[in-house]
Amino acid sequence: MAIGETNVPLTALPLKPKQPWMKLFFGDVFSSFLTILSILIVISLLPGLNWALFNATWPGGTPEACRDGGACWAFVGAKSRLILFGLYPPEHQWRATLVIVLIIAMVLASLSPRMWGNKLIMLWGAGIALMLILMGGGLLGLDTVPTSKWGGLPVVLMLAVLSLGMGFPIAVLLALGRRGSLPVARAVCTFIIELVRGLPLVGLLFVAAILLPLFLPPDWTIDKLGRTLAALTIFSSAYLAEVVRGGLQGLDKGQGEAAQALGIPYWKVIWHIILPQAIQNVIPPLTNTAIVMVKNTSLVLIVGIFDMLSAARSAATDPTWPAPSTEGYLFVALIYFAICVSISIYARHLENGVRARSHS
Amino acid sequence: MFSTLWYSARLRGWITQIALLGGLATFLLWVGSNTVQNLAQRGIRTGLDFLSRPARFPISESIITYDPSNSFLWAYVVGVANTLWLSFVTILLATLLGLAVGLARRSLHPLLSKQAMIFVTIMRNIPLIVQLLFWYGVCTSLFPAPRDALNPLPGVFLSLRGVYAPSFLAGPNALPFMLVVVAALLIVLWQVTRLLRRGSQKRIIIPTGFLMWVGISAGLYKLFQAPVSLEFPELTGLNFRGGSYLSPEFVAIVFGLTLYTSAFIGEIIRGGIEAVSKGQWEGARALGLSERHIMFRIILPQALRVIIPPMTSQYLSTVKNTTLAVAVGYPELGLVVNTVINQTGQALESIMIMLGVYLSISLSVSLFMNWYNAHVALVER
Repeated sequence: MAIGETNVPLTALPLKPKQPWMKLFFGDVFSSFLTILSILIVISLLPGLNWALFNATWPGGTPEACRDGGACWAFVGAKSRLILFGLYPPEHQWRATLVIVLIIAMVLASLSPRMWGNKLIMLWGAGIALMLILMGGGLLGLDTVPTSKWGGLPVVLMLAVLSLGMGFPIAVLLALGRRGSLPVARAVCTFIIELVRGLPLVGLLFVAAILLPLFLPPDWTIDKLGRTLAALTIFSSAYLAEVVRGGLQGLDKGQGEAAQALGIPYWKVIWHIILPQAIQNVIPPLTNTAIVMVKNTSLVLIVGIFDMLSAARSAATDPTWPAPSTEGYLFVALIYFAICVSISIYARHLENGVRARSHS
Repeated sequence: MFSTLWYSARLRGWITQIALLGGLATFLLWVGSNTVQNLAQRGIRTGLDFLSRPARFPISESIITYDPSNSFLWAYVVGVANTLWLSFVTILLATLLGLAVGLARRSLHPLLSKQAMIFVTIMRNIPLIVQLLFWYGVCTSLFPAPRDALNPLPGVFLSLRGVYAPSFLAGPNALPFMLVVVAALLIVLWQVTRLLRRGSQKRIIIPTGFLMWVGISAGLYKLFQAPVSLEFPELTGLNFRGGSYLSPEFVAIVFGLTLYTSAFIGEIIRGGIEAVSKGQWEGARALGLSERHIMFRIILPQALRVIIPPMTSQYLSTVKNTTLAVAVGYPELGLVVNTVINQTGQALESIMIMLGVYLSISLSVSLFMNWYNAHVALVER
């Protein structure tokens, strides 16, 4: 063989070489080990599958049928109304269902960049008002339902949507303050953001539930739901502020400077030039924060809001059913999973759209 | 003249900032006066003198000694210790599992990478507190009674009452024995490094040294008349005796928190690996290094630089996530604070102490990680 002549092909090897499956699974000692390991993982999950599917009692079953050890989905069926709507009066539950539909519609509408702007703010104002009227009643001939009776999925969705919606304008102000040229504003905004991000949400919820009434004048009363919402709003605004700051940082300085040179007033520069571009750049972390906030609504159980999780927990203490403490949580987990996964799928779709447009 | 003042950016900046400070001060004064008024009106005692009074409430488990006759201050210390212990165990386990998850997701092995992907998707999209309550439910209702306890490893028993595992029993000679064994290890290490530096064969010297150390230790174990022994838990009556014990609360929260955190850590590690440029892989392959060598010697050390900042925030949120143990009933700081508030009514002080503790933990972890980050950061020449 002459010097320099080798049997290596001239084209670069692909990063993931295509291999026959036999070689892929049992090609060398290490991959055989991995194959056996993954099969063992699957086998170790089989008892769980057996419990959840083959030994299970399906909805419609009786408490007695649940005593033979499998999962008791009959319990979830019987308690699903309690978990989904809490203590909301059954004859008015259509209103709570409408609120859920309304929130989903509003979220879907506002995720599309075409809607961003004044139109969206008006839509949200109207939507929130309608939501509160539907849930609380007292207007349009609807019976009044006090907030202590609100619960379940509508409350979870309302808390998530309102804390994000109200937190966002605060977040923009905090981010602008932190990025701005005024030293006092920068210090104050940095302090607030870092303080809130340094604390666990449970701590903030304690503050809202226990200390907030002490901080306000004696004749002011905010109910528990409102206080919880305040804590969630502050929490989400601090995290959103960091995301928005990331977007502002990624923006070319020339954009703001050119607009200023044209004599456009500061707030118009922010509203029409800076924010639309900055936010489009941070859609993935924004949706991440949205998912985090949806998940965080489950913590309101700690301050005694009757959300899905507290309903599942209190349902588990019902003595007519034999200790079904895990099935209710699985049902709640499934609902959260569906919400969070659909947000992330929609966001990925949206992100691809933005990328396609910015490259065209 | 006024128009130049009106359009002066500096003057406007000053006025805005003075207004901001004034507004903030007014707000704080308003909150302060409301608080004083409310406290007086409701007859709530203030001050920190309750800290020295005896707590008179039990704490179900703690890693440092606690007795209801101890002071409230000591109860807080116990809560902080439990929080730190829980965070430490979780972070350690989750980092190891997370590394495995991250590598599995990058693996060319289709079964393993699919499994890792499903695991990560499930963990990341279900709230932690739901997961914790679920695992607690599994530990307290699906596990068998002590009589039919699951026995996955010899000496390890899983039952409704928690987990029992073998524990080390230290005899009277335990301490000198440990010291001599450590000394032997140091001597063997010193000899091995000396021989290696002289150019001896690595694959002969290292196993020989290890075997010698094991042999010496075994001899010493005989010589000291079995200074350390394993105590196995045994079923006596309705429950186990002996061995070490982990409560269902602790098991549920460590298990749940570890799984949840490891999914996030796995994604961070995967992101770090993917951030290393493709040229590094290709260069290492061209040099003929094996895939495992490339991963552990070339890619991971470089990925570490990308991984550390997100890992810091992940560790911090793990510490903050331990507060969810409140829902399960493990007595970490949050639960202790809650109990103290119920006992004394001094909510303001208790919550401020709790927030202060979490802020100091957050601050010290981020200071440490910043130092470490500067330590491993790329030195630009």
